Amino acid sequence: MLSQIARRLLTALPTLIGVIIVTFLLTRVLPGDTAAYFAGPAATPQAIEEVKKKLGLDRSLPVQFVSYVEALAKGDLGASLSTGQTVVKDIRTRLPASAELTLAGLVLGIVVAVPLGILAAVRQGSWIDHLCRVVATAGVSLPVFFSGLLLVYLFYYRLGWAPPPMGRLDVFSTAPNSITGFYLIDSLIARDFETFRAAFAQLILPAVTLGMFALAPIARMTRASMLAALSSEFVRTAKASGLSTRAVIVTYAFRNAMLPVVTTLGMVFSFLLGANVLVEKVFAWPGIGSYAVDALIKSDFAPVQGFVLTMAILYVMLNLLIDILYGVIDPRVRIEA
Amino acid sequence: MSALETEAEPTATSSGFMRSATATLQHARYTFAENPVSGIAFALFVVLLICAVIGPAIVPYSPLASDTAAALKPPSLQHWFGTDQLGRDMFSRVVVATRLDMAIAVFSVALVFAMGGVAGIAAGFFGGWIDQVVGRTADTIMAFPLFVLAMGIVAALGNTVTNIVIATAIINFPLYARIARAEANIRRDSGFVQAARLTGNSEMRIVLTQILPNIMPIMVVQMSLTMGYAILNAAGLSFIGLGVKPPTPEWGIMVAEGAGFIVSGDWWIAFFPGAALMLAVFCFNLLGDGLRDIVDPQRRT
Amino acid sequence: MSDTALLDIQNLTVEFATRRGTVRAVEKVSLTIAKGETVGIVGESGSGKSVTSYAVMRILDRAGRIADGTVSFGGTDLRTISEGAMRDLRGREISMIFQNPRAALNPIRKVGRQIEDVLIEHVQATSRDAKEKAIGILRQVRIANPEERYHAYPFELSGGMCQRIVIALALACKPQLLIADEPTTGLDVTTQKAVMDLVVELTRERNMSTILITHDLGLAATYCDKVIVMEQGKVVESAESTSIFLKPTHRYTRKLVRATPRPGITLRDLLPEEIATPPIAPAPVALGGTPILKVENLVKEYRRQDASGGLAKFFGRKSDQDTSAFRAVDGISFEVGTGESVGLVGESGCGKSTTSMMVMRLLDPTAGKIVFAGEDIGTIPARRFAGSAWRRRIQMVFQDPTDSLNPRYTAARAIADPILRMGEDTGSGSVRTQVEELARLVGLPGNLLDRFPHQLSGGQKARVGIARAIALRPELVILDEPTAALDVSVQAVVLNLLQDLKATLGMSYLFVSHDLHVVRLLCDRVIVMRQGRIVEQGTAEQVLEAPKADYTRELIDAIPHPPV
Repeated sequence: MLSQIARRLLTALPTLIGVIIVTFLLTRVLPGDTAAYFAGPAATPQAIEEVKKKLGLDRSLPVQFVSYVEALAKGDLGASLSTGQTVVKDIRTRLPASAELTLAGLVLGIVVAVPLGILAAVRQGSWIDHLCRVVATAGVSLPVFFSGLLLVYLFYYRLGWAPPPMGRLDVFSTAPNSITGFYLIDSLIARDFETFRAAFAQLILPAVTLGMFALAPIARMTRASMLAALSSEFVRTAKASGLSTRAVIVTYAFRNAMLPVVTTLGMVFSFLLGANVLVEKVFAWPGIGSYAVDALIKSDFAPVQGFVLTMAILYVMLNLLIDILYGVIDPRVRIEA
Repeated sequence: MSALETEAEPTATSSGFMRSATATLQHARYTFAENPVSGIAFALFVVLLICAVIGPAIVPYSPLASDTAAALKPPSLQHWFGTDQLGRDMFSRVVVATRLDMAIAVFSVALVFAMGGVAGIAAGFFGGWIDQVVGRTADTIMAFPLFVLAMGIVAALGNTVTNIVIATAIINFPLYARIARAEANIRRDSGFVQAARLTGNSEMRIVLTQILPNIMPIMVVQMSLTMGYAILNAAGLSFIGLGVKPPTPEWGIMVAEGAGFIVSGDWWIAFFPGAALMLAVFCFNLLGDGLRDIVDPQRRT
Repeated sequence: MSDTALLDIQNLTVEFATRRGTVRAVEKVSLTIAKGETVGIVGESGSGKSVTSYAVMRILDRAGRIADGTVSFGGTDLRTISEGAMRDLRGREISMIFQNPRAALNPIRKVGRQIEDVLIEHVQATSRDAKEKAIGILRQVRIANPEERYHAYPFELSGGMCQRIVIALALACKPQLLIADEPTTGLDVTTQKAVMDLVVELTRERNMSTILITHDLGLAATYCDKVIVMEQGKVVESAESTSIFLKPTHRYTRKLVRATPRPGITLRDLLPEEIATPPIAPAPVALGGTPILKVENLVKEYRRQDASGGLAKFFGRKSDQDTSAFRAVDGISFEVGTGESVGLVGESGCGKSTTSMMVMRLLDPTAGKIVFAGEDIGTIPARRFAGSAWRRRIQMVFQDPTDSLNPRYTAARAIADPILRMGEDTGSGSVRTQVEELARLVGLPGNLLDRFPHQLSGGQKARVGIARAIALRPELVILDEPTAALDVSVQAVVLNLLQDLKATLGMSYLFVSHDLHVVRLLCDRVIVMRQGRIVEQGTAEQVLEAPKADYTRELIDAIPHPPV
């Protein structure tokens, strides 16, 4: 098993190289003046010249690429003009916020979508099936920034149930000691239930926004693959052998139906990491998405580049994880590897 | 031989074409009758089309004319969708924005349809190095969360509407290329393609007469399905301040402008453009599903 | 109704709700099966034979329902008992085995565990002794190394092995009735014999009743006590299997019996008496001249692909490849004389299709010569062959008539394709006239010419495919299992058509098939292939009556021998 995982890690290498090349190209082969981008909008011509030297933009592309990779290897993504910090440090402090939000959204999505999809398939044509179809189509049609605002209006302004959409904690709470970086977990570790409650209250609306978005593709795929599994010949055999409905649905149909769903998770992550940027902006969430958006507006390019690269590496790793998970479920992949 | 061709082809195909067209039409009518939702989606589509084509001519106010005396008014008979902080009529702005939002989506989808279709068919049919190159390119794009990549592309290429179109096309490329590749690949050695080889068709001709017409319907369904995603993507980019610049009416940026007023209860500034955006995306997704049912009843989900 | 009847079906009617309204798949079917009896239900596709059995098991899909009739099993009315009680009967009292055994097994569960599931469900085993019992059952279905195979997944086993697992599942709880739904369709003939022998032996041992559902009258008559013939949802005849071939009473049974290929008959005997015309005298050809096709030491090698290629591709990654080569065709030589039909016979994977694709010049050989009309056409790459002048002289009829027609071309357009692409202006009228002439030649009614493939029946599609192949009067036609996808009565017609065309047009045939009976009927000479090599070749009589190779003998023995 370990050697298989190692082999899978190796297969991710070409993808990572591709990612690095693309981010390099995005920053260096611009139609505009790269140095001007990096120097910021208020830079003098001398400052631009200096940046050009510093970035080595006066050298040939391959040479630039080598130094770019060297800097990457040292963990150097440049510095942010607006925060004055190195990009790596900024991203490191803000990443847990994004990760906590995205994971919360994903978990919410899966918890609702998978049972919904299964029920819809098992009771094909019933009201729950129609509900599932409506949810699946409506969910992918919802712009997350719009659904987030609607939730804010309803639960904050109208009902007053939710706190104002201003970050991870209200002003009266202090952040728990950082262990995992996830406020929910850290506050529990510190047995600070007041902070936990506050963090939870802040998290719930943005997480629901993301969850609503994530659940559509998962529910759709669960329903479709469950339907396919239920009409498959091996389920017919299981039925003809008199197995109980539970065994037929769970052991035979469900486990097979989960294979395409696991594959879909890759796409769902892609959507979620993108939607995350928008949701962070709506809820003033101090994650890397809002960091990148702020930098974009200020034409501060190093953070944007660092953000794109971080997201891509994260995503490649998530896909790897999904790949390994797939191998655990499906013996066909396991043995052939 | 060419004389023979012109003589025979109409007799052999025209009546056949008519027959297939009526059959498709009947099937379409059946699908719409069985699934009224698709009918509603089609009606919505017509409304969107009207707004996009003659929107600016029919709106009651200029979308850019501000009237500070009438700022931040909730919906009323005078201003159906209310007014924003500058007193601009939201209804006019929402209707006029249709053209820009749709144009971005249509152009990006057309672009990726051409790029992805050609690359995918070539990869699937000819295989070899073309397949490698197309596959690698698609993989590399897919290695990014797509919206994030679009952000990076627009940031790098420059903050313009054209670049939003290009970015949206690029992030959809893998999807189109993969579908076209898969469909071309399963047909590459199918009986009827082999038969076409036996009847002396060149490979190029086989692609054009055997592969392309059979893949087209699937690709068109895909276009309809990705239209919604393209609209969402473009609106998302302008929501975070990329591409479209104020005061240009565009749904995404209008929602962004109204976002600040939500917490103080002025909901209509963000609500109407957001709702328009949602309906447009919903409409294309439903249409896509309906089209898929017509083209390929087996793939119903 | 005798009181020994185990299963008693009276006036069973099954309806399906479809887009075009209600369709009756089974109409007023009555049949009884006594304890220990083996009954065959025979019919062509759409006869309702499988639906009958699904109705008995109450596993019809959602659109189907039993509209009328009674199904009584050992005195219990299966239509009225609760779903729970029915479930208890399934697998324990009535079991079923299916066509396509690999798909009938859960792909991601060990086969041993699947047997355990059934045992535990019906309280035949506890979780403690289930494994032991499952292994015991595997042993009973003659699976070697049952302890090891217990841990196997279906994809690791051959088709015949999977069918044994399905049989094991069905017999695990010692039911009284086994329903076998096309259990050997898609399996090779030798595997078919092994599977059928096993089923018969195990059910006899346990004094079980068996229903064998099949399209193959010969198979049913060989293995069953009684044969029931169904046509369009109705039972048309029920007879002892010893008499069904000798004295078929119903018109349809007579047609089926005649159409079933068997020793000692001619092609014309396959057709119903009323339409059988005397054979056409073959066009005079100078036999013994230079052979039209001469294949010398033909080899096709493939690199072994990692089996995970599909998934690896899905994730866009290249898998590691095993570099060892696999020889699909391993140095074969043979000739096809001018005006001769040669049969190329073998089981799946023997290399016969690869050979035909190479001769057809759709695939490049690794080594060897393909000499056609005195010229080595093997040197012209397959990619360029479509543009060469040779193309029109070698044509092919494909296995699957549906797959081989472009869904967007009408029948006329499909037939016209070779004429438009490679035809010369022979002054023989317009393309349409030529197409109509070809349609007449293959017996395709002219009013069907403007239809699309999905509007044609299997036999009509086969005719379109044949018309296209002969449009330019090729000298050599390769027939790649041209009737494998067709019902037996349609097969009879198509085979006769092929023979008549050959006689009229003076073509040579290379006929690729797995069915020795069919090959004997159509071919002058037979080549038997196995694992890429030729094991025997000779005249059809020689090979079939006095086979020299053990493998040929094994093949012939495996063909069902109905009591005639």
